[in-house]
Amino acid sequence: MKDNRNQPFNQQYELKNAPPSAELENTPDGGEEYSLNDDRRVKVLSPGAMVAKRFFRNRIAVLGLVILSFMFLFSFVGGLIMPYAEDQLFYRTEYQNKEYAGVVKNDELRFETADGQSFDSAAQAYTVLALQQNKDSFEFLGVEYKIVTEGEDLYRITDAAGTTLGIAFKDVVASSVEGQNISFDLRLSALKASANGDASFTVDGVSYELDENGVLTSGGDEIAFISRYVVNPIMSDVFLSRDFKEQLIVSLEEGHDAFKFTDADGTESEYKINYRADVKTWSVMKATETRTYDTYASPNRKHWLGTDRNGMDMLTRLMYGGRVSLLIGFIVELIASVLGMIMGGVAGYFGKWVDNLIMRIVDIFYCIPSLPIIIILGAAMDALSVPPKLRMIYLMLILGFLGWPSMARLIRGQILSLREQEFMVATEAGGINVSRRIFKHLVPNVIPQMIVSVSMGIGSTIITEATLSFLGLGVKFPFASWGNIINDVNNTYVLTNFWFIWIPAGLLILLTVLAFNLIGDGLRDAFDPKMKR
Amino acid sequence: MYKYIIKRIFYAVIILFFVMLIIYTIMRCLPTSYIESIAHSKSMQPNSKSFEEWMEQLTATYNMDKGIIAGYFVWLGQFFSLNFGDSWFFTVPVIDKFRDTIWLSFAMGAAAMFLELIIAIPLGIIAATKQYSRTDYTISIIALAGISLPTFFLASLLKLIFSVKLGWFDLFGLTGRNFAQLSAWGQFLDKAHHLVLPILTITIISIGSLMRYTRTNMLEVLNADYIRTARAKGVSERKVVYRHAFRNTLIPLVTIVGGSLPGLFSGALITETLYSIPGIGYTSYQAMVSGDIPFSMFYLTFISIMTLLGTLISDILYAVVDPRVRLS
Repeated sequence: MKDNRNQPFNQQYELKNAPPSAELENTPDGGEEYSLNDDRRVKVLSPGAMVAKRFFRNRIAVLGLVILSFMFLFSFVGGLIMPYAEDQLFYRTEYQNKEYAGVVKNDELRFETADGQSFDSAAQAYTVLALQQNKDSFEFLGVEYKIVTEGEDLYRITDAAGTTLGIAFKDVVASSVEGQNISFDLRLSALKASANGDASFTVDGVSYELDENGVLTSGGDEIAFISRYVVNPIMSDVFLSRDFKEQLIVSLEEGHDAFKFTDADGTESEYKINYRADVKTWSVMKATETRTYDTYASPNRKHWLGTDRNGMDMLTRLMYGGRVSLLIGFIVELIASVLGMIMGGVAGYFGKWVDNLIMRIVDIFYCIPSLPIIIILGAAMDALSVPPKLRMIYLMLILGFLGWPSMARLIRGQILSLREQEFMVATEAGGINVSRRIFKHLVPNVIPQMIVSVSMGIGSTIITEATLSFLGLGVKFPFASWGNIINDVNNTYVLTNFWFIWIPAGLLILLTVLAFNLIGDGLRDAFDPKMKR
Repeated sequence: MYKYIIKRIFYAVIILFFVMLIIYTIMRCLPTSYIESIAHSKSMQPNSKSFEEWMEQLTATYNMDKGIIAGYFVWLGQFFSLNFGDSWFFTVPVIDKFRDTIWLSFAMGAAAMFLELIIAIPLGIIAATKQYSRTDYTISIIALAGISLPTFFLASLLKLIFSVKLGWFDLFGLTGRNFAQLSAWGQFLDKAHHLVLPILTITIISIGSLMRYTRTNMLEVLNADYIRTARAKGVSERKVVYRHAFRNTLIPLVTIVGGSLPGLFSGALITETLYSIPGIGYTSYQAMVSGDIPFSMFYLTFISIMTLLGTLISDILYAVVDPRVRLS
C-alpha cells in the first residue's frame, strides 16, 4: 500500500481494456493499427483523475456525495429561497368566548326615591304588598302612604299630603351617554310618557321626545333608552351602547341564541346568548380574537414542517440550523487540521527530541476528557451569560483546540514513513531546499490521508455540537442548530405528540454524518486502491 | 518486557501529572466571578453561611490564595491522600457519591460491551469473508449508520417506540413506581428492566466501530501470505477462515477490547443523562452543569486515569498477545 503513495506525482498509466473486439476503436481514422507498444494505445490519466474515477465508481460514496450536496443546497440555498426569516415568529388568532354582558328581564318593581325625600326599603316592601292586594294606600309606622297609578307598571308613592316620595316601576331608563345621571323628575316623566304613549314632554323647561322604541331624545340628542330589560356589562370599563342593547333585546325576544353587531368603530363581532334559568339571566358572550404565537402547529401548507415551541417555521429553522451545524463542523475541523498539520509535520520531519516532546503533548491532550470539559465550560458560560454569538465562536475554538492531537498523530506517522522513502532521498540528493521538500514533496503526500480524516472528523464534530446543543450547552437561541432544534424532545409531551419537531432534525443529522462517513470511506478507497482488495 | 511495562507506567504517570495540571488550571482559570456567583448562590440558600464565609471556604479549598503551581501541588497532595472534598451539589463527600454510582455504570457498560462483542465480531467476520457481496454492503451501511446516529436521537426514537407506543418500558429512571414494595429479586428485575433501553442505546451507538474494525482486520489477515498458503494446501475454506484467519484477527481485537475495559467505569455520560439513570455519568453531568467543582475535578481526573490505564493495557496486551512484536 505504500508503494502507491510514493509516486503519486508520477503519471499513472491505465491500459485501456482492449479485447479483440475493441481493437477497431484503437485504430485511427486511416484504419492503420497501432503497434502493441505504441504509446497512443495508452490513455493517460492524471493522479487526480484516477482518484476521481475510482471514487465515482464507488456507488455508496456517490450516494454520500449526493446526500451531502442536498444538505448544502438545503441549508445554504434553502435559507435564501424560504420567504421566512430565521427567527420570524408566527401568530394565530384564536376565538374565545368571553362573558360580555348580562341581561335580566325586570319583572320586579324597582324603586327610586325622590330628591330630598325619605322612602326606605321597609316602606318599599309595604308598597309591593299593597299593590298585590290592589290597595291604593297603606300605613306604615303610623305614616300613611298613597299609591298613584301613573300607567302600566308605574306607580308614584306620595304621602298623605300628596308630596311625591318615590316611584315604583318596572321599565328601566338606561342612560345612553356614558357618565350621565338621569334626574328623578326626568325619569318619572319619561316613564309616564312611555306608559301613556306620549311622544313628547317637558321637564324643567327642556322638551324631550320619546319614540315608540323607547328612545328618549332631547333636541335630537339621545339621552336615554327605556326598556323592560336591564343590560349590564360584565367588565366595568365597558359601556354598552343603546344600539347594542336594542339589538340584543330584539334578538332575545325573537329567541335567537346568537347575533352579530357592528359597533361604532365598525368592527363586527359575534355574540352568543345563553339563558341561565337558575338566575333568570341571559348571559351574552362575545367571541374575542386573541393573537397568540402559533406554537407546535402541525405541518400545513404555510409551514411544511409545522412550527416549533416559539412559533417559528420549522423548515426555515432546519435550513438555518444546517448552516450553523455544517459551518461549525468545517471551521472546527479546519482549526484542528491546521494545528495538527503544523504540530504533526514538525514532529515527523524533525524527529528526535522535538518529536518526543510533541508526541507527549499529544498524549496529554488525548487523555483530557473533552466532552466533560466542554460541558463544564458551557455551564460556566451559562453562569456568566455569554452572548450567543460569542458563545458559538468559543465553542468552535474549544472543539478545534481539543481536536488537533489525532490529526497530529496521523500526519506525524505519515511523514515518518514518507521521510524514509526513496523519493525523499532523491529530493535530498537533488539538492532541493528544505521548505520546498516539505511543502512540495511531503505535504501533498499527506493530504489524501488528511482529507479522509477531515471528512470523517466533520461528521463527528457535527454530532458533538448537536449533542452539546441538545444538552443546552452549545449553540443557543436565537441561533438555530440541528441539536438545539431537537432539544425540545426533552419535553415528553413533544416526544409523544409532535414528531415533526424532532424527527426531521434528527434525520438530517444522521444523513449528514452518514454522508461524511461514506465520502470519507470512498475517498480512502479511491486514494489508496490497494486497500480495496 | 518488564522494562517496557515499567517504562510505559512511568510515562503514564508523567502524562497524568500534566493532565491533572491542565484540569486544575482550567478550573482555576474559570473566570473568578464564576466562583463568586457560586458562593453567592450558595449563600442565598436558607440557613447557609454568609457570602464571605463561602468565598473564604472556596478560596481555601481550591488554594486560590496560592499561585497556580503551588495550589496545584497542594491539590495533588490532597488527591493522592484520597481526600477528594465534599460535593457541593450532593452535599456528601465526593467519594461516597462515587461509590454509590460507579457499579451501576460498570454493570451497564459491561452488559453493553458483552452484547457488542457477540454481535459485532461475527458480523464483521461475515462481512469480510463475503467482501463486496450484498451482505457486506448491508453490514457496512448498518455499521456506518450506527456510528452516525446521534445518541440523543436514537434514545428519543427508542423511547417513542418502546416506551410511548408499545409501553414496554418507562421513559426515565432506574426504578419503577412500586419499587419499594418489591422483594429483593423483584427489585433487581425492576432495575434490569429499566436498564434495557439504555444498554440497547449504548450497544447500537458503539457497535459500528467495532464491526468495522473487525472487518478491516479480517480483510488484512485474509490477504496475508499464510492464508494463501493454507488455501493452496487445500485446507477447507471454513477452516481457513475460522482457524487460521480468525485467530490472527483476534490479536488486534483483544488489544482494543482490553484497552476499553477501564472505560467501562467512566460511564455513558449522555445515555445516562437521557434516561436519568443515576450512574457516574449522569451524576457527574448534574455536578458539572451545576458548577460542583469538587465532584467535577474528581470525575475529570478519574476519567483521565481510566483513559491512561486503557492505553497502557492495550499497549501491553499488544506486546503480550502478538508473538511477532518483539520489544527492545
